[in-house]
Amino acid sequence: MWNYIVRRLLYNIPVYLGIILLLMALLRVGAADPAYTFLGKNAEPGDLERIRQQLGLDKPFLVQYFHFLWDVLTLNFEQESWGRPGRTVGEMLSTAYIPTLMITVPGLMITATISICVALISAFNRGRFADRILMVAAVVGMSVSFLVYIIVGQYYGAFQLKEWVGTEVFAIEGFDMEKNGFISGWLTYCALPVIISVIVAMGYDTRFYRAVMVEESTKDYMVTAKAKGAGRRKVMFVHMLKNAMIPIITRIMTTLPFLIVGSVLLEYYFNIPGMGNRLLGAIADKDFPVIQTFTAIFAVVFILSNILTDVLYALVDPRVRLQ
Amino acid sequence: MSAQRNAPILQVQNLTTSFRTDDGILTAIEDVSIDVHPGETLGIVGESGCGKSVTSKSIMRLLPTATSILSPESKIMFDELNLAHCSEKDMRSVRGARIAMIFQEPMTSLNPVFTVGWQLDEALSYHTDLSKSGRRQRSVEMLRLVEMPNPEERLDEYPHQLSGGMRQRVMIAMALCCEPEILIADEPTTALDVTIQAQILKLMEDLKTRLNTAIILITHDLGVVAQVCDHVCVMYAGRVIEKGTVREIFHTPQHPYTRALLESIPKSGRREHGKRLPTIEGVVPALNNLPPGCRFAARCSIAEDQCIHNEPDLKDHAFSGRPVRCHIPINQTTAAAGSKGQA
Repeated sequence: MWNYIVRRLLYNIPVYLGIILLLMALLRVGAADPAYTFLGKNAEPGDLERIRQQLGLDKPFLVQYFHFLWDVLTLNFEQESWGRPGRTVGEMLSTAYIPTLMITVPGLMITATISICVALISAFNRGRFADRILMVAAVVGMSVSFLVYIIVGQYYGAFQLKEWVGTEVFAIEGFDMEKNGFISGWLTYCALPVIISVIVAMGYDTRFYRAVMVEESTKDYMVTAKAKGAGRRKVMFVHMLKNAMIPIITRIMTTLPFLIVGSVLLEYYFNIPGMGNRLLGAIADKDFPVIQTFTAIFAVVFILSNILTDVLYALVDPRVRLQ
Repeated sequence: MSAQRNAPILQVQNLTTSFRTDDGILTAIEDVSIDVHPGETLGIVGESGCGKSVTSKSIMRLLPTATSILSPESKIMFDELNLAHCSEKDMRSVRGARIAMIFQEPMTSLNPVFTVGWQLDEALSYHTDLSKSGRRQRSVEMLRLVEMPNPEERLDEYPHQLSGGMRQRVMIAMALCCEPEILIADEPTTALDVTIQAQILKLMEDLKTRLNTAIILITHDLGVVAQVCDHVCVMYAGRVIEKGTVREIFHTPQHPYTRALLESIPKSGRREHGKRLPTIEGVVPALNNLPPGCRFAARCSIAEDQCIHNEPDLKDHAFSGRPVRCHIPINQTTAAAGSKGQA
């Protein structure tokens, strides 16, 4: 298996080089000169020159390419942010990923757990009343816009609840984890966005997991298990579930890279200084170094989680051999 | 064939199974009655869609409970237990322990994510008090019994590592590990190539004599029937149309359908040059569009008016005393298949 992982990593080196090439090319093609885009029409020639030099934009493309690759490889993120002068790209990103993970990680875990359980209940009672109610709820849940959940959540969860209880339970701004300790900080600033993200994802996930489980339930081996004398529960929770876990894990794994990016909408509306918000700000500020570095890091995360998916795949499915 | 004189261990009477579908309730098999005697092999024959598999799955109650209905008159007497209407708990103690089943598709009938050993162990754990090591030992014995090479190593392998024939052997080992009184084999050799088919049939024959298990063999392959069955029950469009011993069915078929089936078997060494192999024109009528009369009438070469309007009952033939569902059963002593009369 280690052999396989190392090989996969090596295979992905050219892929990564290609991604960086494409990224840098796109950033330079879209706006002929990032420095010019940043400073605007009325930029002083001196400022333009300074900013170009800072990122080496005045050098040939290939030199810039290898220079940037070297920075990524040596984890050198010391370039100055354009949007927030005085702060380095590294600082910008390293302070942003913690708030993001505090929302995405619990969000993903809670969503996966609840939706797998609900899907199981639904598949177990397939065609019966409980199943129909749950599936109608799932369709309604996924049909409502993300924005509606945010607005309703903020109005009732933050504003109305505060009026009613008398103190602020869930806050929608002023993110500060240091103030009252971690747990109370998390509950104040992260709990509501987590709840909303769970509700939003639940409908889709439950329907998908149920479909997978129902599909597995019609397989021949299910009849064999029943013919052996296995009870309904054993058939569902052992025979079916282990097979259903293969597509379920794949789906969960494909969302892993997005743990790092977070939800732009949630972070924006709840004023959480996370990655999504940072990225949005960087795009608005035309903060060239931040965008470029962020994308390069995201590509690494993406590749790693793909490899991780394959490894996990081999662990659940004996038919998959890592070679 | 002395076994036939014993009392039947399984008596299926008036088994009628219907399904709830979008077109309303459709009856897949109607009034099926069969007896299974200890140690004998009963073949259920018929073309695709005639209700063979529904019959076997009804006996095991493996049909989806939400959509299938066994009529109240249906009786599946197994000892004192009526399997058609007993509790799921009783049914579970029968399934795998006293009546076991093997299926058509060995490639998909085993669970792909568990080892062969795990799946054998599971069957044993439900119905025996053996310890874990005892079960493992028994699993090895069973694999040896079904002539699996290197049984100890096979236990830790997954189904995808085995060939189709091997998987069917595992299925048989799994079915027989609790020494059931009846083995229902639903087209066990259809998906296998001919040499493996012969091996599996021989294996089933050997095990039948060795363990004195009765076998219900469901197949559309008359060659297989001739090879292994003692009794035969011919089905058509959800109905039993003729019953008899294998000799009677092959030598003196009484129903035109049975005869037509036999005529459509290619015969080696008796090739009539320039002649095409006879076939049965048409298809089995759809369940939602059954004719009022005999279900075979539209395809029957000797059908008369009464056949089109009235459905015949399954009644004993005046001449042979064998049950046949036909208004004008073939009355002959020399068989359509061309063999010498032996009735």
